[in-house]
Parts: sequence; C-alpha cells; structure tokens
Amino acid sequence: MFNTETNARTTGQKVGWKLSLWRAILSTALGERLVYRGDFALGTLMRFLPIVTQIFLWYAIFDSIEATRGGNLETTEIRGFHFTDIVAYYLLTMVARAFSSMPGLASGIAREIRDGEIKRYLIQPIDLISFLLLTRIAHKLAYYAIAILPFALVFFLCRNYFASGWPSWHVLVAFAGSLVMGFLIGFFLEAAIGMIGFWFLEVSSLLFVYMLFSFFLSGHMFPLTMLPDNVAAFVNFLPLKYLAYFPAAIFLGKIPEDELPMELAIEACWLTFFIIVCRIAYSRGVQRYSGFGG
Amino acid sequence: MQQESGSDRKKYWKVFLTFARNSLVRDMTFRTNFVLQCVSSLGWTLMNVGFYLIIFQYTTSIGADSGWDRDKFFLFIATTWFINSLVQAFFMPNAEEFSELIRTGGLDFALLKPIDTQFLISFRRVDWSALSNFAAGLIIALVALYSLATRQNDPMTPSILSIVLYIFFVGCGVAIMYSLMICLSATSIWLGRNQTLYNFWFYITNFSRYPMEIYDRGWGRPLYGFFTFIIPVLLVVNIPARILARPISPQTSEDQLLIAWGIAATLLSLWISRWVFKRALLSYRSASS
Repeated sequence: MFNTETNARTTGQKVGWKLSLWRAILSTALGERLVYRGDFALGTLMRFLPIVTQIFLWYAIFDSIEATRGGNLETTEIRGFHFTDIVAYYLLTMVARAFSSMPGLASGIAREIRDGEIKRYLIQPIDLISFLLLTRIAHKLAYYAIAILPFALVFFLCRNYFASGWPSWHVLVAFAGSLVMGFLIGFFLEAAIGMIGFWFLEVSSLLFVYMLFSFFLSGHMFPLTMLPDNVAAFVNFLPLKYLAYFPAAIFLGKIPEDELPMELAIEACWLTFFIIVCRIAYSRGVQRYSGFGG
Repeated sequence: MQQESGSDRKKYWKVFLTFARNSLVRDMTFRTNFVLQCVSSLGWTLMNVGFYLIIFQYTTSIGADSGWDRDKFFLFIATTWFINSLVQAFFMPNAEEFSELIRTGGLDFALLKPIDTQFLISFRRVDWSALSNFAAGLIIALVALYSLATRQNDPMTPSILSIVLYIFFVGCGVAIMYSLMICLSATSIWLGRNQTLYNFWFYITNFSRYPMEIYDRGWGRPLYGFFTFIIPVLLVVNIPARILARPISPQTSEDQLLIAWGIAATLLSLWISRWVFKRALLSYRSASS
C-alpha cells in the first residue's frame, strides 16, 4: 500500500515537473524570439520578395502559352494550375515550409555528438528527442506569434490570387492536419539525419545533398504535378512532398475531397515510420557512442 | 585614387596573383572539401536547369513575342551563371570577411598597408570552387548555342562582334554587382554588423535572374524603373544576354539606348561605390585596443 502511494505521488510530481519543464522551455524560446521582434518581422516580410519575381515569371509563361494556343488568362492552365493558382501555391508553400522547415536541427544534433555534448542527455533525466521536439515546438509557436502579422499582410494583399476563395471546412481541417504532420515529419526526418552523426562525424555535405533534394522534390520550387509523368509517379511516392507540396495542394483543392482521408492516412504512416527510424537510430547510436573527457 | 602609372599597375597585378595563389593553396589543402563544394554548387545548377526544362515543356517562350525561347533563355541562364560565379569567386568571400574585419578591428591592419584599401579588401580571397559554376555556365551556353545554330526554324549564330561585346558587358555586369556589394558591405561600418548582407544580396539579385521584359507591365513598372535606373541590377544580365541572343544589326534605338545606359551605369556605380567606401572608412573607429 505504501508503495503504490509513493508511486502515485511520484507520478503526480512527474507530471507537474514535466509541465513546469515545458513551461520553462516555452517561455525561454518565446523570450528569445521577442527580443528581436522588429528585425524578425521585417525579415519575414523580406522572405516573400522572391515570390514577386515568381509572379512575373509565371505571368510571362502563361502569357506566351495564351499567345500560341489562344484563350485568356482564366482558361490557360498547366496541369490543372491556372496562373492565380500558381501564385497562391507559392504563398501556401511558404506556410507549409514555415511548419516543416527545421533550420539547424540535423546539424545541431551532429555537432552535439561530435563535441560530446550529447552526454548530458545520457546522464540527465531528459530524453534527447523529446527535449528537442519541445524546444522546436516552442520556437515554432514563438515564430508564428510574430510571423502571423507579415503573413497576414501578404495574404491580404494577394487575396485576389485565391480565385476560388476559402475552401470548405473539412478541407481546412485536412489542411491543418497536413501542416501539423508536415511539422512532425520534418522534425523526425531531420533528427534521423542528424543521428547519422553517430556513425559519420561529418554530416554537413550529406545534409546539403538532402536540402537540395528536398528543395526540388518537396514542391518548393514548382508544383510537383508539372514533373514528367513517370518522374511524378515516383516523386509522389516519396515523403518529401509532405514538406511543401501536399498542404498547398490540399488547400487549393488539387486533391479530390474523397481521397483526402486516405492521403492523410498515408502521411500518418510515413510519420510513424520516421518516428520509429529516429528512435532506433538514437538507441543504436547511443550504444555505439563513447564520450571522452569532461 | 592612387596614381595609376604602369609600374603601379604591375605591382597591383602581382599582389592580386599572390592573393589568388594563396587562396588556391589554401583550397587545395582541404581537397575533399573543395570537391564537395564544387559538387554541391553543380547540384544546385542541375536543379535550376531541371526547373527551366520543365517550364519549357509547357511553353515555347518566356513572355509572348519577347523572343526568349528555350535556347535563347538558356543563353540568358548561362550569362547569369557566368556573372554570379565570377562575383562569388572573387568578391563574395571578401565582402563577408570585410564585415568581420570591422567587427574585430582587423581593418586597422588593412588601413596600414601601403596599398589601396579598397583593392586590398576586395581581392584578398578567391573562392576557386565557385568557378565550377562558371564551367557549368560554359556547358549550358555551348549546348544552347549549338542548339540555336542547328535548329530548324530561325537558326542563328552570333557574330564575332557580338561575342566580343558580350564578354565586355559580362565584365560590366560583374562591375555593377561588385559595386553593389561594396556599398552593402560598407554599410557594416555604420551598422557595426551585417549579418543580413547575404540575404539582402540574394533578394536584390533575385530580380536580375529573368529577362527584364517580364517586369514591364502593371505594378511591375515601378520595379522595372527602380532596378534599371536606381539600383541597375536588371542591366547586369540582360544587356549581355540580349547582345548574344539577338541579332545585332536590326537593333532598335531603344536597345542602343539601353546599351549606352549600361556603360554609363557601370561607370556610375563604380564611382558611387568608391565614394561610399571612402565615406564609410572615414567613420571607422577601430574596435581593437
């Protein structure tokens, strides 16, 4: 009886301790972000500048398609994308990337392994992956708290590019779900890459190759449907599309509504896969790891 | 500016060669790293070429009646690649180091040297791996020229004159980019640090990557004017690419005016950047003791 009582108390304490830990991490990350809020909001706004070039580039492309084939801007399309859709697509991939991009995650893990800093997670009662995930969530929340202003401004200015207006509410729910899962896939995928540092000390070149592929194949550069058919079939199978293309395609209604549950389920499978890979890589890596010095 | 007598020029050239050799020795010390840098920038090139190839699956040109069909547009891309790789090889590492020199006070040593400070700051390091993109640009240009010369409708081979002019204006483009970069990095004397230098650079030069005609409509006109006359980044790639990709003889007067403005803009931006750099040096207060 005595035993269970202490158990119950420790569980209660554990939850309390966890909550206070989370709060501490969250408030630190928020504090860090808010110090440079002006600079940061401006920087976020600047990030939309390349889209200006894209708008003009795609207008010129649609313009010449019109000129050769006839028709007007509303009827001309490339693989189901009208001109306004493409602009909206680029804007939406910015949102998707705001969720799924993980700057410095993989390189940070690899550095901690190399420098031996990873030791502190082995001796302290903190799990590395959960800690990193929490910090990331905190950083992202702080990021959205400030970035929402420039994002809202740009989307308001560009509202005419969203020709079909707001999608129905279940599309919006699917969109939100794909964003959250995109964040998690991005996190576990990059964390798993960082874990490669247990085996190879230098992962920066590997990381660069990954970044290159993810930029091209996530749909950040152009809608993936524009790829030649045989390539598109293969790329559609890869999980990289969840980082940018997939949420944007959902919002724009490019994925039929009756296929949404299935597509989201497949995404959830990929997410589970990456969680498992990340966990296995970590436990195997820790077994291999030997830390020297203080 | 110091007196540019013949022996002086020879001395500066010698100093530059020494810098270039030192950087090459340094790069060759970490050979694997060098190869990886080359490979990764070539990967970036391939990705861009892939993107434009995909675009030309769906369209025959960029902009209706603009004349930028696939082969000519790839000549444009090659020009962008030449200019960017030259800037990245010769000036980018120096501009990055410059703000570091200011922050640490290392600029004192540069000021003490018996050589023009701007020269010393601008040419200290050469990033040889960036020249791999120059080679990539050369391949793109050769393939595009070959395809342009052998195609069925409207084949074209550029004349010797246009090639000479092309090389000259690529040089002008590099000079404009260099001036812009010096101005940007000189601001770090006033601001103390300049971490956003690279971002800013990226966002501005982003506009230079496409034919200027595409901005010439609606709300793009202010941008078109701004980036042609105030910060002339649109001229950088456009003028040489137009000279190479379009026949020279039936030039419109507008084209000729643009070329004349290109030369004027190059001289002006070099002069302004020199002035900004000197002004900035005057407000330099050493950070070290």
